[in-house]
Amino acid sequence: MELIVEQVSHAYGALPVLAGIDLRVAAGEVVVVVGPSGCGKSTLLAIVGGLLQPAGGSVAMSGAVPADSLNPFTFVFQDFALLPWRSVECNVALPLEHHALGAGERRARVDDALRRTGLAEFRAAFPKQLSGGMRQRVGIARALVVRPAVLLMDEPLSALDAQTRELLMDDFLALWLDRRVAALYVTHNLDEALRLADRIVVLSRRPGRIRAVVPVAIPQRERAGKAARGELGRLRAELWESIRAEAVDADREMLDA
Amino acid sequence: MPTARCSMPDTAASDGAEPAIRRAVPFRAIPFRGGGFAPQPRRAAPLVAFVAIVALWQAAIALGWLNPVFLPSPWSIALALRDLVVSGELARHLAASLSRIAGGWTVGTLCGLAVGLAMGLFSLARGIGLPVVSALFPIPKIALLPLFILWFGIGEPSKVAVIALGVFFPTVIATFSAVDGVPRSLIRMAQGFGLPFAAIVRKVVLPGALPGILAGFRISVSIALILVVAAEMIGARVGIGAFVLSAGNLMQTDQLMAGVATLSLLGLAFGLALSALEKWLLRWR
Repeated sequence: MELIVEQVSHAYGALPVLAGIDLRVAAGEVVVVVGPSGCGKSTLLAIVGGLLQPAGGSVAMSGAVPADSLNPFTFVFQDFALLPWRSVECNVALPLEHHALGAGERRARVDDALRRTGLAEFRAAFPKQLSGGMRQRVGIARALVVRPAVLLMDEPLSALDAQTRELLMDDFLALWLDRRVAALYVTHNLDEALRLADRIVVLSRRPGRIRAVVPVAIPQRERAGKAARGELGRLRAELWESIRAEAVDADREMLDA
Repeated sequence: MPTARCSMPDTAASDGAEPAIRRAVPFRAIPFRGGGFAPQPRRAAPLVAFVAIVALWQAAIALGWLNPVFLPSPWSIALALRDLVVSGELARHLAASLSRIAGGWTVGTLCGLAVGLAMGLFSLARGIGLPVVSALFPIPKIALLPLFILWFGIGEPSKVAVIALGVFFPTVIATFSAVDGVPRSLIRMAQGFGLPFAAIVRKVVLPGALPGILAGFRISVSIALILVVAAEMIGARVGIGAFVLSAGNLMQTDQLMAGVATLSLLGLAFGLALSALEKWLLRWR
């Protein structure tokens, strides 16, 4: 299944935030969108996930949705968006409750998602008892339970500390390599983008347009090693070069506002 | 910068000699300035204060500083309360007041929850409801009792209606604010998983609004208590408010204060019951 974004534009009132975005995410591909603050990254994700109607353009999919997918486009949120009054298990089960599934199938999906995210021992815990990293793992488990075709990840690591971020990036890679779920991943962190992406899409400052598409040829599992450092460093410099001037402008614009 | 040099390891000291810089710039302790602003539990303090106030009050009567006709002693209030309990008078008045509170609070709360929820969920209801509620909320509801007596007669319905109306508005405001305050991200999450509208209301909005709704109950229960006493003082023969008023008319200040003490205990009991309910319903917090 392929995700196709064509000429998507959007504005909040008189303020244009996205202009003519064309994007494709192939099955199993990880596309990371980076860009300066306020460039419409999260807006793009909300439009792709059907939470926001674009002012122009269209979002479509081609090919068959996987048979067991209950929610092909599934969000993972920056603030985790867990229901604090539900246990880990009940949070993970939430997206299944309005589907006509047998109790056995429901149980199997929840168990599988909890096992994949290392949460099996924490199923009875409440979110407030968990660290930030574990809370985001609950968010991931809740996304996996519906067997998504494309994960829509809105800065899923930006609320976490640097060490937890490293651990969760390893988890993401393991999940993607295991299940080959595609992902459209929004971040402002270039290191995250270089570690996870098959392709990096660079947006310009508001209104966001695609400035560059940078493929990362090194296989993800090799990127943490020494051999990849030179090439990744070069790519990072190239990416930062393309973003820096606009990031400064975006920063000044916010301060002036 | 002397402090920076003080903290640097001094290579000249490796031969065992004391570095000269330490003698030149002596260490000074940084004074502690982080005290206060951290309330500590003082469990005995309220009990000690209560006993001290009651003892002072009793002593003031015994020493003739206060006239017991105008302010009876705590002991005589306790005796009057005991007599009221033994004779069954207190139970009769309490039952009448509690049934009015139960009826009025239940009707006011159910209507308030429905309207507040509608205002929190639907733009049209919010557009119409907000100005109406803002205009009517500040009216002291007891002022409408004469009108309700004309509509419903002097009996129970007019008193229940005043309590219901008094409870309705704070419940609407608490419910509306609580629903409005449910984090948008939780609703978007539920929408992102395709949950139907009714399921989002039931599984996300209502549990998310529950803390605010329960906080509103505290306010509405105390309003119900105030209004039942006021309504009973205006037009009732039985009820704590009527009892307090008639004791005052007869200068039976010990009886009057026993009635007031009963109201205080009633308010305390409502507060404890609500705390228990919050503890159980919000045990995830």
